[in-house]
Amino acid sequence: MTINKWCQQGLYASALIGLLGLGACSQPDSGSASVIKLGSVSPLTGPQAHLGKDNENGAQLAVDEINMAGLTLAGRRYHLQLLAEDDQADPKTATTVAQQLVDDGVVGVIGHLNSGATIPAAKVYFDAGIPQISPSATAIAYTHLGFNTAFRVMSNDAQQGSALAHYATDVLHAQRIAIIDDRTAYGQGLADEFARVAAADGAKVVAREYTTDKATDFLSILTSIKATSPQLVFFGGMDPQAGPLARQMRQLGLTGQLMGGDGMQTGQFIHLAGDAAEGVIASTPGVPLSAMPQGQAFKTRFMARYGDVQNYAPYAYDAVYVLVDAMKRANSADPQRYLALLPKTDYAGVTGRIRFDAHGDLAQGAVTVYQVKSGVWQVLKTIQ
Amino acid sequence: MSTLFQQLINGLVLGSVYALIALGYTMVYGILGLINFAHGELAMIGALIALTTIAALSGFALPVPLVVAAGLLAAISVCMVLGYAIERIAYRPLRNAPRLAPLITAIGVSIVLQNVAMLIWGRQYLSFPSILPQGWHALFGARITDIQIAMLATAFVLMFALDALVRRTQLGRAMRATSQSPQLAGLMGIHADRVISLTFIIGSGLAAIGGFMVSAYYGLAHYYMGFLLGLKAFSAAVLGGIGQLRGAMLGGLLLGVIESLGAGYIGILTHGFLGSNYQDVFAFFVLIVVLIVRPSGLLGVQTIDRA
Repeated sequence: MTINKWCQQGLYASALIGLLGLGACSQPDSGSASVIKLGSVSPLTGPQAHLGKDNENGAQLAVDEINMAGLTLAGRRYHLQLLAEDDQADPKTATTVAQQLVDDGVVGVIGHLNSGATIPAAKVYFDAGIPQISPSATAIAYTHLGFNTAFRVMSNDAQQGSALAHYATDVLHAQRIAIIDDRTAYGQGLADEFARVAAADGAKVVAREYTTDKATDFLSILTSIKATSPQLVFFGGMDPQAGPLARQMRQLGLTGQLMGGDGMQTGQFIHLAGDAAEGVIASTPGVPLSAMPQGQAFKTRFMARYGDVQNYAPYAYDAVYVLVDAMKRANSADPQRYLALLPKTDYAGVTGRIRFDAHGDLAQGAVTVYQVKSGVWQVLKTIQ
Repeated sequence: MSTLFQQLINGLVLGSVYALIALGYTMVYGILGLINFAHGELAMIGALIALTTIAALSGFALPVPLVVAAGLLAAISVCMVLGYAIERIAYRPLRNAPRLAPLITAIGVSIVLQNVAMLIWGRQYLSFPSILPQGWHALFGARITDIQIAMLATAFVLMFALDALVRRTQLGRAMRATSQSPQLAGLMGIHADRVISLTFIIGSGLAAIGGFMVSAYYGLAHYYMGFLLGLKAFSAAVLGGIGQLRGAMLGGLLLGVIESLGAGYIGILTHGFLGSNYQDVFAFFVLIVVLIVRPSGLLGVQTIDRA
């Protein structure tokens, strides 16, 4: 109503104002289709911006495909619009941005990227009754807050940490283990779970050190760790830290096997660690892109538009489809109506079959362990 | 014992970089009473320029020292021009404005530089080409790498050179005179604007070298790296006594060593109550204690008219 009024005034006013008014009104496809707004939240600035942009691109690709194919609910044509927001991987910013999206009238959210940002934001979406699917938050706490709006299409840290710990003790026979984490909800959660299961498997945690998600200097903690001569160093954190960490281990002559989670199982890690990446082991929840049911087709479509897949883009892509799938089954984009059908999801996505358990976690979370060999990540083992 | 020695080496190398960058803060503060918050970003630009140049040249099978020298030279010259331009555009027009005004433009320049760097180099962490020698030497059970030796040597040579420049040359005397009173120095035939420009140019050159060293050392560079680096170097300058050249050097080295020892031993000292993630807290705690006891820093001189 207001917009129409503005447009009329614009037409009658001076040419410049008229143009601006028209510009504001000619949103793409707003002719007959109603707009469904979805939010995508991830860090788009700061050290993890490359991962954040990857999530946004994955979601955008799905949105564009759905729009291209046309979305009709209860006989009405709908146009999806993705609002991409930047939470800077910061818990405080995350809640502000979440509230902003709620105020903007989104009916579903894909995000956030980091567990530390996803958890506080989950409360905002829960209060507004808006479904949230995180493509990458793996902290156990996220889906255990009692919010029926919180889902994820990624295995959680319990699944990942214990898979890694079993691999470290059973396959690598590591007895003396040093653990470093970056004190984020993700890094700490993963490292704690790893420590718990490794200790239960009979390994000894000889050092427990901490860093931050902004650090580049690990020489001090690595020097302390070296004094305990561990056979394996486990790092709970992201690739911007893991890369220099691997280099500095080599610089100090710390020969233990470096191991980590999905935060460092990226191309960027190999790039940053250089020669020191060789032999490093890391896992990723889910199955490798190449082994995903429709991974190759996704990769081709994604690369044509955005270049290399960094990490979570296929999960963000699936998250959009899972939301839209529930909307189709509810025949409505009203969050209250389609939220009720989300737990009953059984969707064959790019990343695999997506079904949720009572918490909103993946019913079958696979974890794949990789090792860098000749400068590329190669699959060692997929653990169901 | 070897662990302690390794921590000292780690700390000294890190501290020498802090010191180089702290010099830029302290020189500008000494002359203008201005905290140039854009200084850390200059180190970042220097690092990225050097990285780009070296990456571009490393395809041509040139000798390594030549490639490194070219990268360093490119970084220094770009940063010097940038430092000069920043002073001309953002600070000189505000020379007689209230002191808060140039502080705000300094923060503004810092944000602009960060965003320009993000537009040019993107948001990704860039990897420093691994062309530098990876050799190391054993020293009392600790390891010191060739890169660390080169960094320490460069930093100390530059610090002594700058100290000599300020204390023994005509330009240095002009700088000291300008820092006491630009107006009065002008009456003595010193071209104060020129001296101030030169101060910025020298400081920016040092920042470029500091930025280059950090990115070569850790093997990465990023548009955001200037923020923390600048903050640490600024703290080092304050710790040593801002405005004092030797203070910045001492402060930088001390801060590096404190950080390193703090991260290595804080867990043992507090029986695991505080972990190594408190290394920055530890460093800033020392800074606060020093400032409570000596408000003008370790080598600072009590001044009456300047805050």
